[in-house]
Amino acid sequence: MFAFLVRRISQAVFVMLVISLLGFSIRHQIGDPVRDLVGVSVSVAEREALRDELGLNDPFHVQYLRFLKGLLKGDLGQSFFFKKPALDVILAKMPATLELVFCAGVIIVVFSVPLGMYAAIRPKSFFSRLIMGGSIVGVSIPVFLTAILLIYLFSVILGWLPSYGRGELVMVGGWQTGMLTADGWLHLILPSIALSSIMLPLFIRLIRSEMMEVLETEYIRFAHAKGLSKVRVWLVHGFRNTLLPVITVGGVQIGTMIAFTILTETVFQWHGMGFMFLEAVQRADTSLLVAYLMVVGFLFVVVNTLVDILYGIVNPKVRVSGRQ
Amino acid sequence: MNHLLEIRDLEVRFALRSGDLTAIDRIGFTLEKGERMGLVGESGAGKSVTGFSILNLISKPGYIAGGSIFFRGKDLAALSPEEMRSVRGNRISMIFQDPMMTLNPVMTIGDQMTESLMAHRKISRASAEALAVEKLQAVHIPSPEARLRQYPHEFSGGMRQRIVIAIALLTDPDLIIADEPTTALDVTIQAEIMDLLLELCTLKDMAMILITHDLGVVSQVTEKIAVMYAGKIVETGSTENIVARPQHPYTQGLIRALPGSREPGSRLYQIPGSMPNLSAIPKGCAFHPRCERAEEVCRREVPELLKRGTFQRLVACHLVGV
Ligand SMILES: Nc1ncnc2c1ncn2[C@@H]1O[C@H](COP(=O)(O)OP(=O)(O)OP(=O)(O)O)[C@@H](O)[C@H]1O
Ligand SMILES: [Mg+2]
Repeated sequence: MFAFLVRRISQAVFVMLVISLLGFSIRHQIGDPVRDLVGVSVSVAEREALRDELGLNDPFHVQYLRFLKGLLKGDLGQSFFFKKPALDVILAKMPATLELVFCAGVIIVVFSVPLGMYAAIRPKSFFSRLIMGGSIVGVSIPVFLTAILLIYLFSVILGWLPSYGRGELVMVGGWQTGMLTADGWLHLILPSIALSSIMLPLFIRLIRSEMMEVLETEYIRFAHAKGLSKVRVWLVHGFRNTLLPVITVGGVQIGTMIAFTILTETVFQWHGMGFMFLEAVQRADTSLLVAYLMVVGFLFVVVNTLVDILYGIVNPKVRVSGRQ
Repeated sequence: MNHLLEIRDLEVRFALRSGDLTAIDRIGFTLEKGERMGLVGESGAGKSVTGFSILNLISKPGYIAGGSIFFRGKDLAALSPEEMRSVRGNRISMIFQDPMMTLNPVMTIGDQMTESLMAHRKISRASAEALAVEKLQAVHIPSPEARLRQYPHEFSGGMRQRIVIAIALLTDPDLIIADEPTTALDVTIQAEIMDLLLELCTLKDMAMILITHDLGVVSQVTEKIAVMYAGKIVETGSTENIVARPQHPYTQGLIRALPGSREPGSRLYQIPGSMPNLSAIPKGCAFHPRCERAEEVCRREVPELLKRGTFQRLVACHLVGV
């Protein structure tokens, strides 16, 4: 297990290096830190002097190493628009996004596991056909359309749920949370559903197809032949084997979730990282964009590493080969 | 008469889109306590389906279309699912062909053994583990306590089949159905596993149905034989009798095809042709297109499984005993 961990973590570090190189190249090519610092109303000569002073005329690799050093210290550059360190801007927006992703994740897990398993166990029943039909519809409607339809139905027509913003927030430590007030929860409902609207049907379909394959195996037949109850065969023997491929695919899909937060947050005026990203694009705030890329890349790598470790815990074969 | 197992007119069909396919066509046999029977025949004859139908575990479109399966006086085909569950793995156990596929890859051997016991008895985990250790010893697995914590992939094929046998024996069943238990193993290990099965059956006075296409193994292990062809039993009787004096041309072919019965240096005999597809079984005797002795009557009439002539067995062949 230890060797397995070391291998996984060194892979994660390598991926982070690649992402940082990418981020730096973007900033190197597109960004203009001088403009970020002094605006546009300063003479060319003065700018050139400033460039020298900031080391912007140094060779690429020297600048990249400096950038890396900054990264390690948590210095992701200065946001041109906010006039603050980019990391601070992002960290302030992060709780909003994380809470949204968390709620969407809970919805996905809570619904996809029982529905996917049911559809696998009783593939021909009416309810299974309904689930599968519904999941096709769910996958094929774009997130922003789902979001707009949800707002139209639950906010405009029925007036049950708020249509934008995070509602009443409470500050806990440095974390601005909407999960401690009733109003905050009400505001979370529609965006979370919208964000899960693609992944949920995808996971239902994935769990169903994997589970159906597992149910055909000899060890399931043997479990029945041992006289175990059906429920035990499905849950203990079937589901745990279904989990392995689901975890693998699920880890990859988390990246896609991040893209969907940009859409969801925009439609619901949800002031998180995705919303900030689009604003930064409009304002050409290159440093902030690069910082966003780095932070999201970092989150993605951390989550994927955790997923791999989880896979190792579920799959005994990985554990053993890691031990050797 | 009280047999341990008595199958009468068992008929199994598969509900396919093209219509029902009869895989087992009104077969019957009996088995006494502690008796071992070999079920032999070529691939597709219906041996496995017969075995699975006893436990009502036929794979999906398959169903029991008729007949009865009396086990200790009760008709298994008429039990409720819950009653059937209490027979499976308890009074009747099964061993499958490929030990690499039979054990759940993500569960420890210990868990797979104890759950089986706990499904049938009110027993604590600790005493279930003690019993599991005892059974692993019985199948000659070294240091069983440590082995309980291990996963299937940490064992070789032969070891895994031993574990499967240990699981099958946990509840001291009356009958064990072994579906080609050695086919997937190395030749060197095959004999070991067969010897082990035989030893355990004799020790516990356990009946066994040994499914195989290897008449050689059957002749060493079992007391009687049922030869299957295209979903029917074509010859059945004591092993000794049948191996020494096979009467049905198909059984004769099977025995001639054994490696031991060939002249040194000559080629291995093979029955010409192959078994018909179940959806296109020839009229009359299903074997007649491959039979060297086939006559007019064979093409016309289905031979019944009867005691024919003075032979101590049942044969389904028009040409025997006339
Ligand atoms: N799931 C299924 N669907 C349709 N037909 C099936 C199915 N399983 C078995 N059959 C039919 O039943 C027949 C008998 O199959 P069975 O598995 O009992 O053969 P077998 O004698 O055990 O052969 P083998 O030596 O290959 O194991 C097959 O020829 C096939 O036509
Ligand atoms: Mg078979």
